[in-house]
Amino acid sequence: MMKENDDKSGLQTETVTDDFSTKRIPVISVKNLVKKFGHFVANDHLTFEVYKGEIFGFLGANGAGKTTAMRILCGLSSPTSGELTVGGYDVYKQAELIKRNIGYMSQKFSLYEDMTIAENIRFYAGIYGLSRQQRKEKEDLLLKKLGLEPERDKLIASLPLGWKQKLAFSVALLHDPQIVFLDEPTGGVDPITRRQFWDFIYEAAAEGKTIFVTTHYMDEAEYCDRVSIMVDGRIAALDKPDNLKKQFNSEDMNGVFLQLARGATRTD
Amino acid sequence: MRTIKYILQKEFAQIRRNKTMLRMIIMLPMVQMLILVFAATYDLKNVDIYVVDQDLSDTSRGLINHFEASPFFNIHDASFDLEDGMNQLKKEESDFILVIPPDFERSLVREDEADVQLLINAIDGNKASLIYQYTRNIISGYNKQVIMHWKGLPDFNPPMRVEAHDNYWFNPELDYKWYMAPGILSILVTIIGMFLSGMNLVREKEMGTIEQLNVTPIKKWQFILGKLLPFLVIALLDLGFGLIIARVVFNLPVEGSLVLLFGFGALYLVGVLGLGLFISTVTETQQQVMFITFFFMMIFVLMGGIFTPVESMPHWAQQLDRLNPIYYFIRIMRMVCLKGSGFKDLFEEFVSLTVIGLSFLTLAIWRYRKTS
Repeated sequence: MMKENDDKSGLQTETVTDDFSTKRIPVISVKNLVKKFGHFVANDHLTFEVYKGEIFGFLGANGAGKTTAMRILCGLSSPTSGELTVGGYDVYKQAELIKRNIGYMSQKFSLYEDMTIAENIRFYAGIYGLSRQQRKEKEDLLLKKLGLEPERDKLIASLPLGWKQKLAFSVALLHDPQIVFLDEPTGGVDPITRRQFWDFIYEAAAEGKTIFVTTHYMDEAEYCDRVSIMVDGRIAALDKPDNLKKQFNSEDMNGVFLQLARGATRTD
Repeated sequence: MRTIKYILQKEFAQIRRNKTMLRMIIMLPMVQMLILVFAATYDLKNVDIYVVDQDLSDTSRGLINHFEASPFFNIHDASFDLEDGMNQLKKEESDFILVIPPDFERSLVREDEADVQLLINAIDGNKASLIYQYTRNIISGYNKQVIMHWKGLPDFNPPMRVEAHDNYWFNPELDYKWYMAPGILSILVTIIGMFLSGMNLVREKEMGTIEQLNVTPIKKWQFILGKLLPFLVIALLDLGFGLIIARVVFNLPVEGSLVLLFGFGALYLVGVLGLGLFISTVTETQQQVMFITFFFMMIFVLMGGIFTPVESMPHWAQQLDRLNPIYYFIRIMRMVCLKGSGFKDLFEEFVSLTVIGLSFLTLAIWRYRKTS
């Protein structure tokens, strides 16, 4: 596992020399996104781009507006104003086309507890229009990778949380989406499972998928190519973790986050 | 179409594992058919009479005997005191008071005419008018007998009279169970369909699984149809199950075509399930769904004509009933089961149910939001 991590950091140092904004192709583009709930401004003029193949971390305290922004990008919620494209499609007009090209895993657990692993896979594969043949291949591959072959016909409810999360992530990737949105995917699981989960994320990114992930864990922020830190509905900082640490003169992301979040007025 | 197939597979997999729901699907028709059909009766039985016989003659006693011989009446109590009778009436110990005045027999003999007084508890107006009619029948029957008796029998020159021969069609024995069973069954499939579908959709909201569906390219109509069809099938199964019970227990005939009955059942269910699903698109919790669905059920059922004939409702209520799917379905059930009505006879109902069904279904699809 550590070896894989080293590989990844090797890759990172290589990409550090690249200039993301000129060389990379933006797959998510957000300009002046505003989302209001009545008088409450959840997202206050957010502007950012996410590039193909990168792991983009979306950080912030509870109530900072990260989940709101992510739900808008997935087409679960509509923006109040702003220009947004995801995968080249317009969020306002082409929401259904976006949905074909994204995977989504939410903090609220998304598989059906009263169905077996195989039934869940069959259902989601069916909804995304995979053929029987494709589904079989994916299913076998996925269960093998997760080591869940013997549990194929077990109910989701009987699985430990960590397994459920990994399974949910794999199911979100069934239809080969270009972009994957993960909303606090590792909430409540043990460090080992979290580490394994991030291995999966790296693997998906290595295949060219773009990962957009929100998290509470600052150590996870270090695994991202770039992070944005939201405070009170605005983006307070956006850069590579190394640059942010330098800029805020901090040893780790936790320090960066604390300096930024100290000024926050909103809490849960 | 394939997408819908996958939704159906999923729904049935979940229903199969939901033991409570399975039990409900089987128990509900049995309990409803076996208890409600017997309990919800229009038949008048065991009417308690308080007799105030101030005449105490042969004739007055003869009249009282006639009441006693009737299967519908009991002589509950008797005295000379009308006050006491009124007290019993107030306490609801007796249903009506029969007052035979002191000169009853004498008037009859001398003036060929005598009066009796009936004091009926009319809190339940329907029941009171039934009591009145039954009482009139008994008195006029007795009247005839008295006339024959005094004219001297056998009489080769019987008094001329017009007699009405009644012949009841479609339910010759006036078995109220034949009348109630199709109605109760209509309500049953409505409850099963409307509640189960509505609660099912909103449960996905509560569990959060609906979010995962909303980020898929699933179409709104596919989703709604996928949620509607499983419960339509279940409700139709219950319709069949209920018909079998009605057949075995009440000997309820199905004079018309079963295919027609189930066809109409399916059409009707599209409407009520559409409404159930619509309700679940505007609510967030199962509690809210229950509450609103129950509200609609009450109105639909009470106005549906199962207990009270729609024809006797005020004009505006009858107009309102044109929007009530249960009204049509109860009619259809009764007409097909008892009268053997065919599609042509039910064309109006067909058109109305189609319009209602499509409206509710469209409303549900339109109101279901993938993006909030």
